[in-house]
Amino acid sequence: MNRTYELMFIVRPDMAEEDQDKLISTLEAAVASSSGQVKNVERMGKRRLAYTVRKFHDGIYVLLTVEGGGGLIHELERRLRVTEPVIKFLTVRTDEEQKRLDKIKAIKDAKRKAAAPAPSPEPAGEAPAATA
Amino acid sequence: MADETRSTSESSSGGDRPDRGERRPSRPGGPGGGREGGAGGRKYFRRKKVCKFCVEKIEAINYKDIRLLAQFVAESGRIVPRRLTGVCTPHQRRLSLAIKQARNIALLPFAGRAA
Repeated sequence: MNRTYELMFIVRPDMAEEDQDKLISTLEAAVASSSGQVKNVERMGKRRLAYTVRKFHDGIYVLLTVEGGGGLIHELERRLRVTEPVIKFLTVRTDEEQKRLDKIKAIKDAKRKAAAPAPSPEPAGEAPAATA
Repeated sequence: MADETRSTSESSSGGDRPDRGERRPSRPGGPGGGREGGAGGRKYFRRKKVCKFCVEKIEAINYKDIRLLAQFVAESGRIVPRRLTGVCTPHQRRLSLAIKQARNIALLPFAGRAA
């Protein structure tokens, strides 16, 4: 049931480092209180925005990877919305895409195994014979 | 700004996106034809277009990967159609979704910058 989300948000470029830390730690506290988990925090640094947002041309990008339910995301988005320095945010659910990628990777690995070394299927064939 | 210009110049030189001028309505040559129309002075190449994602086996099309996405966005900011890029339908679907997500978080423009 637990889902993985990526929460990317942009804060205004003139925000101090310690204020960012404070914001991130409050978000982390909010995640913890909703029995979620922060998997990763990535500061992507200052970037040029592709278009003007609230009269800003640059922004500091932060990416949070969060595990938890939909209620948690609702709460986090509410917090981001009321936080003044946050100028934009985006939440993307990633677990299903990740599942798809894992599946593709598993199929690929299986194919490679089947194509390259012969010994691995042989012992598997022997084992049932020995038990029988 | 620097990043933006770099990525666009890369896409134009990369050859992943075929020139529009090359397009002709019909394809007389065989499959995967390399060179056509050499006779009458009309010389142009038409490589058979292939899906970049299928060929290079790129599974993940992520909204954060702007370098990749920018190759499929025109100067004007619009998503380049499949018939020009040769991307296959399933990948174009994922691609357009990723581009739209990137637009939402101001990684890619909705409309190009004065272009």
